[in-house]
Amino acid sequence: MFNKNNLKGWIYLLPALIFTGVFMVYPLFDVLVYSFEEGYNFASQTYNGIGLFNYSYVLHDPYFLQALKNTFILVIITVPFSTGIALLISLALNSLKKFKDLFQTIFFLPYVTNTLAVGLVFMILFKKTAYTDGLVNLLLNSMGISSIDFIEGPYWAKMFVLCFYTIWIVLPFKILILTSALASVNQDYYNVARVDGTSRWRIFYRITLPMISPSLFYLVITGFIGAFKAYSDVVALFGTDLNAAGMNTIVGYIYDMLYGNSGGYPSFASAAALILFVIVLTITVINLLVSKENVQYQ
Amino acid sequence: MSNTNDLKKIKELKRKSTRSNVIWTVFVFVLLTIWSIIVLFPFYWMVLTSFKSYASYNSEYIPRFFTLHPTIANYIQAFTAVPLTRYINNTVIFTLITTILMMIVAVLAAFSFSRLDFKGKDLVFTLFLSLMMIPNELVIITNFVTITDAGLRNSYLGLILPSITSVFYIYLLKENFEQIPDELYKAAKVDGTSDFKYLWKVMIPICRPTIVTVLILKIIECWNSYVWPRLITDDENYFLVSNGIQTIRESGFGRENIPAMMAAVVIISIPLIVLFLIFHKKIMEGVSRGGTKG
Repeated sequence: MFNKNNLKGWIYLLPALIFTGVFMVYPLFDVLVYSFEEGYNFASQTYNGIGLFNYSYVLHDPYFLQALKNTFILVIITVPFSTGIALLISLALNSLKKFKDLFQTIFFLPYVTNTLAVGLVFMILFKKTAYTDGLVNLLLNSMGISSIDFIEGPYWAKMFVLCFYTIWIVLPFKILILTSALASVNQDYYNVARVDGTSRWRIFYRITLPMISPSLFYLVITGFIGAFKAYSDVVALFGTDLNAAGMNTIVGYIYDMLYGNSGGYPSFASAAALILFVIVLTITVINLLVSKENVQYQ
Repeated sequence: MSNTNDLKKIKELKRKSTRSNVIWTVFVFVLLTIWSIIVLFPFYWMVLTSFKSYASYNSEYIPRFFTLHPTIANYIQAFTAVPLTRYINNTVIFTLITTILMMIVAVLAAFSFSRLDFKGKDLVFTLFLSLMMIPNELVIITNFVTITDAGLRNSYLGLILPSITSVFYIYLLKENFEQIPDELYKAAKVDGTSDFKYLWKVMIPICRPTIVTVLILKIIECWNSYVWPRLITDDENYFLVSNGIQTIRESGFGRENIPAMMAAVVIISIPLIVLFLIFHKKIMEGVSRGGTKG
């Protein structure tokens, strides 16, 4: 059965099979097993039963509920805003003749920067210390608004910074995808519409939007998935102890359960990871169903 | 009579549309300029702050937008007071080895999928594709346990091994390899060229643009990786820059020495920004072809 060619194909594939097998396929089954093992002890690698206790523990843990709330707020705010702003900026970019490349390159810069490092800069811009209220607060003061501690202050202020930073981080990717989608719309449609004297809004609504709808929905879907996995930008702003800051996310909760001061509970982490997976999968399926009805594929 | 009326109407329309064009152009430039400032300002601020002296930074209740007495003291401190050189060394080693190994594994697999015929190929490839949908969070728990049990915490090997897997790049390379015409392969076979030599001498040179793009994207990914290194290292000797920055923020320099922190941030940001300035066309093209983030 194994002729020479068969063997050769498998040999070239072998390294990839080993790596994906050990670090992706096996963990996939293992995480399920972990999530059902009750009272798993990391040191002795023993457990005392099989059941749903881990799930019920996680779902009743106030830290998890807080993380769930934070993540949902983050998703609900950042996905529509980032997609909307990206669309507006891409439309503006697309109508440029000069400077288009320059602006495009500038806008893409956040994509290649280290989330942790730039997060530190954002923290300094928003933070209120003994020495200074921070630049953002001074800006607010000049508009007659009193200073707010955005990093250690009220919940909504912290959430605002987080949303702002998240949008700053995710926008480059969205702008890039939308500008290339806009650039690939057949110019003939626009020329015809212009001859007919169609208004700008109507052109956008009747031509542009349907033509770029596949990219737009792609961005909404990946945007939901990405926002649900928010973690390192939150750490960048509020430090590693996210529970104390009240700003933890689901992914942050998973890692806290695994490692760190509150860690050593792979079973709870697995249960939380699977809950996250189910949430993301559900939202993605809903998105796909909605897009099937609304997206025009050519 | 009706002719002049039409002309009037057309003139009217034209005037209206030029006016709306002007408004639109102004709007476009205002919007793009504002967003450029929002994007660039944090970078400006971090460079500016890194050149302010500790004393002058803390004495400015209203921060100044320029500094008349730039100092490089913060940079000296960033290299001496915290092990920044070590963080950077670790990151360079991690990035280089991971990227090279990933590339070898991915090229071999892509070659196998695109050029060689064997039983079960389609099935394996479908399974590979379905793996692309698996989120990292789901597998990282077991990987953490695997690496811990193997005694590879706080080691380069532990950092590198799980980072080599990347189904997406295998897919990208396979698609690219498939565009090379079959005739070339058959001709090489007739000449008695071995498969490996064909891959090395023909396919890789032809597909160099895609390979370079994948390399750059992987380098960016490695340089910025935070979650896995944080889980698997708690010995500062093996920290990568992301973890280094987090440590510096929480305990280095004394908490309030922000200019020194900014100097460290500038230093670790420079390599990627240089890479971006050189390869920005390639990077943007590569990302728009299927990178994901956000």
